[in-house]
Amino acid sequence: MRDVAIIASAQMANVSTTTATPVEMLLPVINEALANAGMSRADIGFWCHGSCDYMTGQPFSFVMAVDALGAWPPIIESHVEADGAFALYEAWLKIQAGEAETALVFGNGRSSSGDINRTLSLQLDPYVVAPLWPDDRSIAAIQARACLEAGVVTSRQMAAVAVRNHRNAQSNPNALRSGSYSVEGLLDAEVVADPLRALDCPAHADGVTAVILASADTARRLSTRPAWIRGIDHRIDTQNLGNRSMTTLPSAIVAAHKAGVGNDKVDVAELHAPFTHQELLLTAALGLTDATNINPSGGALCANPMMSAGLARLAEAASRIINGTADRAVGHASSGPWMQQNLVCVLEGE
Amino acid sequence: MSEDVLRIRTPIGIHYRYSAGPNASSHLRGLMEGKFIGKRCPSCTLVYMPPRSTCAKCGVLLGEDVEVGPKGTITTFCIVNVAFLGQTIKIPYVAATILIDGADLGMQHLIQECETSDVRMGMRVEPVWKPREEWQPSLANITHFRPTGEPDADFDSFSGQL
Repeated sequence: MRDVAIIASAQMANVSTTTATPVEMLLPVINEALANAGMSRADIGFWCHGSCDYMTGQPFSFVMAVDALGAWPPIIESHVEADGAFALYEAWLKIQAGEAETALVFGNGRSSSGDINRTLSLQLDPYVVAPLWPDDRSIAAIQARACLEAGVVTSRQMAAVAVRNHRNAQSNPNALRSGSYSVEGLLDAEVVADPLRALDCPAHADGVTAVILASADTARRLSTRPAWIRGIDHRIDTQNLGNRSMTTLPSAIVAAHKAGVGNDKVDVAELHAPFTHQELLLTAALGLTDATNINPSGGALCANPMMSAGLARLAEAASRIINGTADRAVGHASSGPWMQQNLVCVLEGE
Repeated sequence: MSEDVLRIRTPIGIHYRYSAGPNASSHLRGLMEGKFIGKRCPSCTLVYMPPRSTCAKCGVLLGEDVEVGPKGTITTFCIVNVAFLGQTIKIPYVAATILIDGADLGMQHLIQECETSDVRMGMRVEPVWKPREEWQPSLANITHFRPTGEPDADFDSFSGQL
């Protein structure tokens, strides 16, 4: 295995809606990531993009996104119809294969172009579930109900997750939602999709994240403290909602084991768990304890930019290695209304 | 014994709010005034018409507005002889790439008011606009391009577009 590190990143400040085109959203973030790494476009060996045409409502919008890259002379570029975190996995493989020494990975989504709850229904089984147009909040509420009934989580724990994330988001300029709340106050709040309250549900956002990867020599030359990828794995559960446990995250458990989360302490974990009960399920699946600082950014609850929120978690985790506030961090990305797909990345400083 | 279900219909539909972005917007506003507004790349100076958000070559935001045209040159074309679903124009017709005077990239439009067999590379053409009261911020304000009757452009003047 080659040593590969995250050396820099950049994010767009999340907004609930924007009139900028995807290319206009991407360009400044890509420029900022390059500047943060002290690199120019010519230094990038591989470009990898995560996005979803259903978000913008334009077929082949990912091809248009190449306009933001300056693809002359020709570049080596790829795309995944998924969160940018999965594009990072592809870029990591590309470097592992010796086909590139550096990669710029980016994820973007303008979910405000359409009705996000309706758009997300299209990721469901197209025969028996999607035609019912269930929104992601309702599906998450079914999972939350099952977890509460099984005693896997409590409403109080869920409220505590919301309180912590919103408090942490106050120091994250990119967060869309933040605030100072109390558990009691949240428990008194109105239920919006029983048993979920508004602050149990993510703040959907338009956003962009860009991350730069480099192989060992380049990483050491450009960064005084690279965030080394010591383990990365992604796994998927069945798409069929009725064929899996609602109270555990089987694919996250496997991915965490394969990535080696439990091999040492975890200082910081950035988790792509859009709903509060999901963060509790994920914390358990990853075997994290109170010793870990979870979601210092406020997490996906306080800004959930489609196709970028997972990559943002990896960027947030890496930034804490790079700035020296953590020695070992976990970044996580997921996909699906019950987190059917999970990517876990273990990052370490030297 | 019941029959197998071999196919189902599950229509999907989502309404989107399309946003052209600031660069394409100045072009669309220009069309409301009967003008072609392109944009110049501040790095390589290419003029994009219609403009995009960025210069695809340089990866920088396009800069100043540049009024171009309205005449142009056919760089390449095809004669459509095949009917297809949703076709609104009577076949045969000519779809062409037109390099608007002052622009550095061709745009697509229809060539009419001449025999399809007369259309050729280098032919000089001009836009035919709908009545002003029907104008929208859309390239559809132009129904088609027609020959101007000017001498053909030199091949060398557009060979870089091919």
